Amino acid sequence: MVTLRDESLGATDATGPTVGVLALQGDFREHARVLGELGAKVVLVRRPEDLEGLEGLVIPGGESTVMDKLSRAFGVAEPLKRRIAEGLPVYGTCAGLIMIADTLLDTIEGQQNLGGLDVVVRRNAFGSQNQSFETDLPVPALGEPPVHAVFIRGPVVESVGEKATPLASLPDGRVVAVEQGDLVGTSFHPEIQGDHRFHEYFLGKVRARASAASPTP
Amino acid sequence: MSTAQTGSSRVKRGLAEMLKGGVIMDVVTPEQARIAEDAGAVAVMALERVPADIRAQGGVARMSDPDLIEAIIAEVSIPVMAKARIGHFVEAQVLQALDVDYIDESEVLSPADYVNHIDKWGFDTPFVCGATNLGEALRRINEGAAMIRSKGEAGTGDVSEATKHIRKITSEINQLKSMTRDELYVAAKELQAPYELVLEVAETGKLPVVLFTAGGVATPADAAMMMQLGADGVFVGSGIFKSGNPEQRAAAIVKATTFYDDPKVIAEVSRGLGEAMVGINVGDLPAPHRLAERGW
Repeated sequence: MVTLRDESLGATDATGPTVGVLALQGDFREHARVLGELGAKVVLVRRPEDLEGLEGLVIPGGESTVMDKLSRAFGVAEPLKRRIAEGLPVYGTCAGLIMIADTLLDTIEGQQNLGGLDVVVRRNAFGSQNQSFETDLPVPALGEPPVHAVFIRGPVVESVGEKATPLASLPDGRVVAVEQGDLVGTSFHPEIQGDHRFHEYFLGKVRARASAASPTP
Repeated sequence: MSTAQTGSSRVKRGLAEMLKGGVIMDVVTPEQARIAEDAGAVAVMALERVPADIRAQGGVARMSDPDLIEAIIAEVSIPVMAKARIGHFVEAQVLQALDVDYIDESEVLSPADYVNHIDKWGFDTPFVCGATNLGEALRRINEGAAMIRSKGEAGTGDVSEATKHIRKITSEINQLKSMTRDELYVAAKELQAPYELVLEVAETGKLPVVLFTAGGVATPADAAMMMQLGADGVFVGSGIFKSGNPEQRAAAIVKATTFYDDPKVIAEVSRGLGEAMVGINVGDLPAPHRLAERGW
C-alpha cells in the first residue's frame, strides 16, 4: 500500500480509537495531525475499504463540491451514508459540515450530501474571501476560554431541526456549531488554529460509543 | 480579541489550506468556469487569455476586464482568482474591490515594475505568487504572499520547468533542514531571504504557506507527478481548454491529483482523453519569451 506522505499522522503505535479522515481534498493532514497528537490511530480515507474498522470519521475543510464528486466517483459516498445511519461518529468542519447536513442551500446543480445532521446549511454564507474572519467564539459545551474560530468562506447553519442542538452562535445569532448524538459540525476550522478541544470533544463521543458497543472486561 | 478580524494572515493562508489536494483551472469565459466547477475544480483563475494565447498573440498582457471577472464570480460557487501584473498594486486594488478570492501577482502578465513586487500586507484579499526557487518564494512570503506556486513555464504544455522548480524548492528546503543554526545565517544570505523565514523553514521542514505547482501541466500524469514531487495541489492553465475534450480532461486531472500515488487510477482516467494541448518545448523558446524569468 502506497503511503499518502503520512509522516505527519502521529505515532503508529497509538492506543486510542481508530479514526478516519476523509482525504479526497482539503486540509485532511491538519486533522490527521491533531487526531494523532490526541492519541488516535489515524486512517486516511479515499476508498470504501478504508472505512472498515473505523470508530469515527472526520470530514475536513476544503471544497464540498469536489469532495462530493470524488466520494461518489470512487464509491465512498454510499457506504459512508450507511455507516452514518448506523451511528458512526462523524465530525465535519466547514465543507465537512456541509457534507453531513440533511439540507443544503446555495449548492451547485447536482450537488449531493451524505446527510445525518438535522440542519439546513447555507454554503459560503459570509460571502467572498474578503469576508472570511477569525473571532473568539463562546462554546458553552467546551467551557472557558472561548474557542478562537477561523471562518474561511464558511457555511452557517440556517435552521436547526428538532434532533440537533446548537453548540455555538455568532453575536448576531447565526449558528456555527451543532451536534446531534455522535455527529458534530462546525462552520470554522479548529484544525488550523491549534485549539484541540473540539477534536477532544469528538474523540470523547468516539470512545464512549466504542466502549458501549464492546464493554471492556 | 472579541471582534471579528478579516484579512489576517491566518485567514489569508487558511483559504490556501482549504484548496490543498485540488486543481485550480484557468478559464476565460463563464461557460468555461461552469465546466471547471462541474469537473471538480477547487477554484478557477479568471482571465481574458490563457497563457498559450498570450504567448501566441504577444503584446502587453494586463489584468482582465472587470466585467469578465464579475461574470465568472457570478457563475460559480467555488473561489475565483484573478491575475495582476507584477508590481501593479493598482490592478491589485481593483481586484480586491471586485471581491476576488485570491490575487495572483503573475509573471504570465507583463510586469508593471521591474524592481518592486506589490506590498501584499496591505490587502485583505490574499495573494499567490510564483517562484522558481526557495529564495524567491521566501521573498514573496516576506512581502505578504499567502500562497506560493512554483512557476514552471506557462502556456507550453511542457512540464519540465514545473518539475525543475518544484524539485529546486523542495531540495533547498531539505538542505536547510540539515543545517546547523549558525549555517543558516549564510544560507539566508545566499538565498537572499529574511533570516527569520529561513529559520522557520529549517525548523518546520516546509514553507510557511501552501505550495502549489503551475506552468506546463497538461495531463493527469503531469498533475500526479507534481503531487508526488511534493506539491500541495496544481494549477492547470492552458492545458484544459486548449485540449480536445476539456470536460473529460479536467475531471481526469482532478481525480489524478487526489489519487496521485495510485498509478491504476491515473491509467484509468488517462484513457481516451483525446488530444492534449499542442505543446511547445521550452528549449525551443527564445529567452525573452520565457515567462518564468519574470520576477526575481
